[in-house]
Amino acid sequence: MPVLEREDARVWRRRTTGESLIRWFGWLLGVAVFVYCWQIISASTTWFFVWDAPRIANDIWTRATPPRWEYITQLGRPIWDTLNIATLGTMIALCLAVPVAFLAARNTTPSALIIRPIALLIIVSTRSINSLIWALLLIAIIGPGVFAGVIAIAIRSIGFCAKLLYEAIEEIDHTQVEAITATGASRWQVMAYGIVPQILPAFAGIAVFRWDINIRESTVLGLVGAGGIGLQLSASLNVLAWPQVSLILIVILAAVVISEWVSAKVRGAII
Amino acid sequence: MSDITLDQMLGRGWKKPPFVKRAWLRWTLIIGFIVYLIAAVSTIEVDWGRVYDGLDRGWQFVLAFTSPDFTSRWTDIWEGLLESIVMTVAASVVGILISIPIGLGAARNIAPLPVYVVCRGIVAISRALQEIIVAILLVAIFGFGPLAGFLTLSFATIGFLSKLLAEDIEAMDKVQAEAIKASGARWTQWINYGVQPQVMPRLVGLSMYRIDINFRESAILGLVGAGGIGATLNTAFDRYEYDTAAAILIMIIVIVMALEYLSGIIRARVQ
Repeated sequence: MPVLEREDARVWRRRTTGESLIRWFGWLLGVAVFVYCWQIISASTTWFFVWDAPRIANDIWTRATPPRWEYITQLGRPIWDTLNIATLGTMIALCLAVPVAFLAARNTTPSALIIRPIALLIIVSTRSINSLIWALLLIAIIGPGVFAGVIAIAIRSIGFCAKLLYEAIEEIDHTQVEAITATGASRWQVMAYGIVPQILPAFAGIAVFRWDINIRESTVLGLVGAGGIGLQLSASLNVLAWPQVSLILIVILAAVVISEWVSAKVRGAII
Repeated sequence: MSDITLDQMLGRGWKKPPFVKRAWLRWTLIIGFIVYLIAAVSTIEVDWGRVYDGLDRGWQFVLAFTSPDFTSRWTDIWEGLLESIVMTVAASVVGILISIPIGLGAARNIAPLPVYVVCRGIVAISRALQEIIVAILLVAIFGFGPLAGFLTLSFATIGFLSKLLAEDIEAMDKVQAEAIKASGARWTQWINYGVQPQVMPRLVGLSMYRIDINFRESAILGLVGAGGIGATLNTAFDRYEYDTAAAILIMIIVIVMALEYLSGIIRARVQ
């Protein structure tokens, strides 16, 4: 217990002198790093624009209200495209994520030394790159359009779904698998009757959860040209048609809220 | 299931139980799904000739990963990465500091109703708007540069952290907090000694996780002019400099992996 001797009285302290010095230096270093970061940001900012910001924000607000409601007739097809990008992308991702997850789970992988690291690498690399970047890349390769958006969403979702799924596979009840094995089932029969029924609820939950996230992401994919309502958003922004922008933002917000509600309901019904 | 005795089950064939128990619901779901699938696939226009032409470029991109070019655009890459990191650090610090009071306010067992409603409202708005849309608006208001990105990430951090922190506070052990209150503590002392020690490990873990997310998001904010590595990456794609793009992507993946590893260690230590 650290104590301080002072005029032959012993005073209790929480930390020794060394410990509190280390902590103090840690905080100092943290504050210094933050101040340095702030300086870099402030150096590359035009402060005149920032002081002018309230006026600009007010200006944009007056231009954007009221939204141009009749524009909604032209938004039907983009919304349908957005829905398709999210749904088809999620389905393709799930088809690809299942084998990756089985290869990555410790208890089902055929080889922990070679195949498991490869599967984990696929999971990490697809997960750490945002779907917008995948869309940029795919547009350069296969041209702009809805198809590039579907593939971008699919690739981005593989890592996410496979990670959650392989964690679910690793947490299964082993006794059931053993019981199926004891009946003399083959490897694939053990998979189908011992493992799959146990992870099916988790699988459905992951699918709906990712679908919800993908609806969000697919609304902005159009900004780089990958189809969906984002195309209309970027076109309206480019011609500074603020009443259309505000209507599109309202539609996107509604889509996000509805998809979150659907996903919460379905997950509530499953679990 | 439980009202069927063993005698009734013996000697009968066994079929796998269906995942959705009600037959009409199962068939409606299956048929509806197939109809949707046909409709969705038939409305996607894929220019297969363009895709076939692009495969060549795709293969070049895959090859570029084996020989990424770090050197020829190194100053641009370095500037972009530094800006991304600076934005991440500054936005995480500010976002975490602001999200703590909002998180306290959004917990029903601590805050009075008016405060609760206001804080929940802030959380809901911040979570419903995607980063990239917020970034577009903030770039329009504050001008190009990392300040818009910094504000976007801070705003997104507030929604994420406050919500999870508030949920953690609502689920805390009431007895400890009550004991502190019974000893005659002031409100600040009550928060400091009764509530904070219970939620601190989770707050640290969530903050680390959010830093990780912020870095990933900062990589795309450059696409709309909000600073960071995204602008460099976009330029590299536009000029078909796949080796530079591959180098940037590899650096993003490596940094994300390092951050994930680091946050894993820190979370394991505090929990």
